[in-house]
This record gives sequence, C-alpha cells and structure tokens, in this order.
Amino acid sequence: MPSERTPGGPVQGGLTRRMMLALLAGGTAFAVLAPRGALALDTAEARALIDRAVGEINGVINSGQSETAMFASFEQIFARYADVAIIAQSALGVAARQASPAQMAAFTRAFQTYISRKYGRRFREFIGGKIEVTGAQQVKSFYEVISTAYLRGEAPFEVRFQVSDRSGRDLFFNIIIEGVNMLASERTEIGALLDARRGNLDQLIADLPAMG
Amino acid sequence: MSPVCPDAVRCGDTSPAGRRGRVLAVLLASALALSGCATADIASRDAGFNDPFEPRNRDVHAFNKGVDRVVLRPASQVYGTVVPGPVRGGIGNFADNLGLPAAVVNNLLQGRIEPAGKNTFRFLVNSTFGLGGFLDPATDMGLTEESTDFGETLHVWGAGEGVYLEMPLRGPTTMRDTVGTVVDVFLDPVGAAIDSPEAQYVLGAKALSLVGDRYRYSDTIDSLLYESADSYSQARLLYLQNRRFELGTEAESNSYDPYNDPYAQ
Repeated sequence: MPSERTPGGPVQGGLTRRMMLALLAGGTAFAVLAPRGALALDTAEARALIDRAVGEINGVINSGQSETAMFASFEQIFARYADVAIIAQSALGVAARQASPAQMAAFTRAFQTYISRKYGRRFREFIGGKIEVTGAQQVKSFYEVISTAYLRGEAPFEVRFQVSDRSGRDLFFNIIIEGVNMLASERTEIGALLDARRGNLDQLIADLPAMG
Repeated sequence: MSPVCPDAVRCGDTSPAGRRGRVLAVLLASALALSGCATADIASRDAGFNDPFEPRNRDVHAFNKGVDRVVLRPASQVYGTVVPGPVRGGIGNFADNLGLPAAVVNNLLQGRIEPAGKNTFRFLVNSTFGLGGFLDPATDMGLTEESTDFGETLHVWGAGEGVYLEMPLRGPTTMRDTVGTVVDVFLDPVGAAIDSPEAQYVLGAKALSLVGDRYRYSDTIDSLLYESADSYSQARLLYLQNRRFELGTEAESNSYDPYNDPYAQ
C-alpha cells in the first residue's frame, strides 16, 4: 500500500499520515451500515448493504448542511446502524461481566452518546469526500466489506467494515481503517477511563456522556 | 591526520562519503544481527505488543507531549495561520519528493522492482514538470508514492519488529524501525549528493513539512494526545496496528468476533 510518512518529529513523528487518516476516518466509518431484515447474511448482501449505506452517508457529506446539522444527522445514523450494545460491551471487556443489567443498559446509553460525539466531531474532514465499496469476504463467523475512502487532498485509503447479523439485525460492529481497529482502540480507551476511576463503573457512566 | 597516516585504505577514508560508508557497514551488521531475533518475535506480535521498557517509554512520551505542547503545536498554529495553504502544500511536496530516492534504494533492497520504477518516474516527473518537487503532477498521472523505508527492508529480510519504543522527538517506533530510521539517514542518496548550504535548506523544508502536517492533522493529533484517557497506550496501539498493516503482518485481532467472545478475553 502506498503511504506518505511524516519526517521525524515530536510525538507524531513515528506516526504516518495514514494513521492520522485512520483516526479521523473513524468518523464516516461509523455511519455506514443500514439495518435489514432477519435473513441470514451472505457476502453479496453484506456488500449491497454497504453500497446502499455509502450512498446515504455520501449524501450527508455533500448535503451542504451546516456542520452542526451534519453532526446531528451523523449521531442518528450511528445510533440506527451500529450494534452499539455489542461495541459497548466489548469495549468494557471483563468489567462487563460484573455489571448488573441496569448498569449495562446505562453504560450502553452513555457509550452511544460518547462515541457518536467523538467521531461526529471529526466528520467535517469528510465533507466533499466519498467512499466506494470494492469487495466483500467471509471472515470466520462474520462478513467483511472492503472499501476505499477518497478524501480531498489525500491519497485513497482502505476502510474495512465488519458486519454481523448475530444481534438479530444486520449491523456493523467494527471498522478497520488502514489496519487500525476501532474496537481495540475503544477497549484501550474505556479500560483507561475505568482505571482512572478505580474501577467505579457508575462514575464512568456518569462521566462518559460529557466526553468524546 | 594525513601526514601521519597517508594510506587512506588502511587508516580509513575520512571523506564524508567514506565515513558514511563505514557507518552504514556497522549499521547493516547490527541490522542483520537483529534479523536473527525474527522467530522469537512472532509470538509476541500475535499477543499484541512487546513493551518491556514501558516505564521508560512513558517518561519519553510525557517529554514528547511537553515538546508538542510548548513548541510544535504553537509553532504549527503560527505556520498554518501565516503561511497560505498552497505554499504549505508546496513545501510538503518538496520535502516528500526528496524522500523518493531513499525509497527507491529500499524498494531495490527489497527486490521490489515495480515500486522502484514507479517512485523513480515520480521523482523525475515532479522534479522537472513539478518545478523541483513543489508541485505534484505525478499523482495526477497515477504515479502515487510507494512509500517505504529501511525498517520495511529489514522486515523483508526476515527481521522481527522487536520491542516497542517511544523515542524522544520522534515518537512511537519499534527496535527494528529505530535501526531502520538510522540506516535510512546514511542510505539517502540525496543526503550523499548535497552539501552545505543545500543540506540545510532540505532539512529546513523537512522541518516545515512536519510543522505543516502538525497543523493539517491538528484536530486528530490533539484528540489523540490531549483527549485520550491514556495517550501513551493509544499511540502504541495506533502505531503498531498501522505499521503491521503496512508491512502485511496484521495480528489476529482483526478477525475478533465479539458475538463469540463478548467480554474480549
């Protein structure tokens, strides 16, 4: 894969421009999958799903709405199309096992606000850009749809969406942008937030909506 | 020195090119020694990361963040505000273009002929029609950069990534990529071809290009460094995942199914 590297320098010197893109690209990636009927998923369906969803997200990117309005549209899309419950549970990791059902429900709601805001703010980088689906494949128990993101002034880069129907609906649960795995990143982040609160989940639930 | 020791071969060639050659030989030897660790390294790669120097790395990370907060970030805000976008872009192109000869050397050391040809044509096109590299007509012709470095060459030769490191003023890297970075300085044909004051201009352009990148990706870098609960861990994860992707050695974690293992154990 072609990739531009930054010359050496403090802190981000070892990080490539690709990585920066990967971080900001999380923004669009969240928005891309649409819910569907209860039919078992296959490669073609997973791909068609992304094709439709990409059309929708490209529409928002190029709608000419204010940034604030786009962030709001984006938050709604995320809430509808992502399996927020499984993302939240996986981000919480082993701590989710000790949590009560009420705590998990509260955490999932807080997490949804947090993650929509976090990635929604980076959304403006995508204004004028587009995503094109290039392929799909089965990976063990789920499907992975491969796409290329074209952003203004940047070399095209790869975005992979991981789709499953195991929640009862076709939803995405992970995005991998130039190798950078959103689920792994959020697991690290939520783990650190919980550590900073000495494992106090209720405190994290209270703080989370104001972050991101 | 020369009257005492007139034989340049026996006493060592003290010309800049001769010193460069000797340093390179030493670095290559250590790089190859590093390759020997390849097998032991594979296990740690799949497990995520190998960071035995974490306390030291965290100190360096804190230092780097301080440098960013006090120097780089403010400088980039001034640069981004004062210098018009097209000029910043031109300086970035110029610096990137001068990195191409070193990339070609590494493409060849890896035995990858096609990327070497592409980078060579890119360099020629941008250096001429691109007015010395300030413009980038090569990209419009489909000659995008096939970026590489000596760290990748070491990988192709069989070296494992080694331990994770955060280096002062440079940031996240691994043992293998640190060796690669140092070797690249000596492998660079541009560095060998030019002397003072041109070398200073090139260094200046690279520094400005870096400051320009800090400005361009300001929101993203700020969010990583100053809004993460643990920016050290996030930077480590980001660097290793993306680097392994570039080298085609991605870990198993990208086939993780949370529906089978909801607590990510």
